[in-house]
Amino acid sequence: MKQFQYVRPTSQQSVIDALTKPGTKIIAGGSNLVDLMKHGVMSPDKLVDINKLPLRDISSIMGNVRTIAIGALALNSQVAEHAMIKERLPLLSQALNAGASAQLRNMATVGGNLMQRTRCPYFYDTALPCNKRNPGSGCGALEGFNRMHAIFGQSEKCIAVHPSDMAVALAALDATVEVVGKKGRRYIAFKDFHRLPGDHPELDNTLAKDELITNVIVPENNFAKNSYYLKVRDRASYAFALVSAAVALDIDNGRIQDARIAMGGVAHKPWRFYEVEKALKGKPASTETFEQIGELAMQGAKAYKENAFKLKLTPATLVEALKHAARIA
Amino acid sequence: MKKNKPCGNAPEGNEPEDNSRRNFLKQSSLLTAIALIPGVAVKAAEGHFDEKVAAVFEKVPVSIEINGKAHKLSVEPRTTLLDLLREQLDLTGTKKGCDYGQCGACTVHVNGKRVNSCLTLAVMTHGKKVTTIEGLANGDQLHPMQEAFIKHDGFQCGYCTPGQIMSAVACVREGHANSEAEIREYMSGNICRCGAYPNIVNAIMEVKEGGQQV
Repeated sequence: MKQFQYVRPTSQQSVIDALTKPGTKIIAGGSNLVDLMKHGVMSPDKLVDINKLPLRDISSIMGNVRTIAIGALALNSQVAEHAMIKERLPLLSQALNAGASAQLRNMATVGGNLMQRTRCPYFYDTALPCNKRNPGSGCGALEGFNRMHAIFGQSEKCIAVHPSDMAVALAALDATVEVVGKKGRRYIAFKDFHRLPGDHPELDNTLAKDELITNVIVPENNFAKNSYYLKVRDRASYAFALVSAAVALDIDNGRIQDARIAMGGVAHKPWRFYEVEKALKGKPASTETFEQIGELAMQGAKAYKENAFKLKLTPATLVEALKHAARIA
Repeated sequence: MKKNKPCGNAPEGNEPEDNSRRNFLKQSSLLTAIALIPGVAVKAAEGHFDEKVAAVFEKVPVSIEINGKAHKLSVEPRTTLLDLLREQLDLTGTKKGCDYGQCGACTVHVNGKRVNSCLTLAVMTHGKKVTTIEGLANGDQLHPMQEAFIKHDGFQCGYCTPGQIMSAVACVREGHANSEAEIREYMSGNICRCGAYPNIVNAIMEVKEGGQQV
């Protein structure tokens, strides 16, 4: 690992000031950044340890809409085990527990989880081409090993997927990311936080260089009774998703009043299925209903040499998750 | 490459190894490099010289309580907790498996929580309490989890065992050892390439059901 300077500021303002210098990166849990630094994928000159900032709380906030605010430094394990999260946002708790290992969840923070980089092998191997790591060098995965890669929203520049489970649940739950920077505080809708690769796969998200994530805010909802996170992977635990589905239904008298669907392992960001959500509204929460939406869900999907199996696995996972959420599995 | 050191616990009053020679070599090679740069560049660089030297060579003081003993140490920011334990403190019970957070052999407890020490920067454990496999036994009396691993033959080669045991203790303390399935899920961050999993699960089940203080 290359040498770097290390600072541990105690105020938000010092963190923001430090971020204005190029080569500066924030470290929170470090579970992905230290890994990337060991691989030589990232080599910051300076690390700003933000663990002294008071951003660990998980709290219920009364307002026009009741929300739950989760501090950016709350640990993945802390959120997953939190009584209020388990009761009111069980989908988030499930998704968190499906990710990484118990050890890593004790290190990884909510903010860091959103900022983690893709695990595409071409991104991780500094000897290989990758437009995300080294813009203009090409995408090795396009014609190479692409079993784990995207089927939605990809570009010729990048077909990598976002690795987070937590983010898939937050996308389904219409979370908001609260950030603070030189220009002050702003709120980014979750769907706008992560980017599609387009011509700039080096940019994972829309956070400005001087900005720091402070909270993730989730509006309260009627989905707690009928939500489910289903992750399909190569081994039973501790592996990244081939595909995963976060499904939240509001069911009244056997009819779907409202639905939220996001999937992981299929795109450069958690992928929302707005058309499917619309199509489910008003329909009976039945196996028949769910099995009919597979085709709609897969519109626009495009596979590569090694990941064509995702064209079948994705709708199958989605239907299975919907059945679990509706408690008819 | 660092020289191999004998295994075993750190002796009383153990201090970090003397790195003055290494630092001298690094500093002198930097000075040599600067001497080779044309005069104009050196002049331009002079203004930032102090800052750059500090950035390259700064060691950061840290205070960490390890296995109940307070340590005042000086570490490079890039030193991981795993390397600090093994290379500076001779606490070689904690193993380096993959070194990338994928195998769990380096599992230790920081402030009571299990973490991968290979992905933990030592400087970030300042002011915290670290427990390693060496700190688990009470003198000559093994921890119940260590006893159970021996009884159930929870290992073959033994390389993953310190990490397995540290993780297993945390698994019981967290309340995630209520069934075989739950144990398998919450122990999934510890890989055993010998495949001792069934025996590891049995050992953890016994400790959990025994109800002893872990």
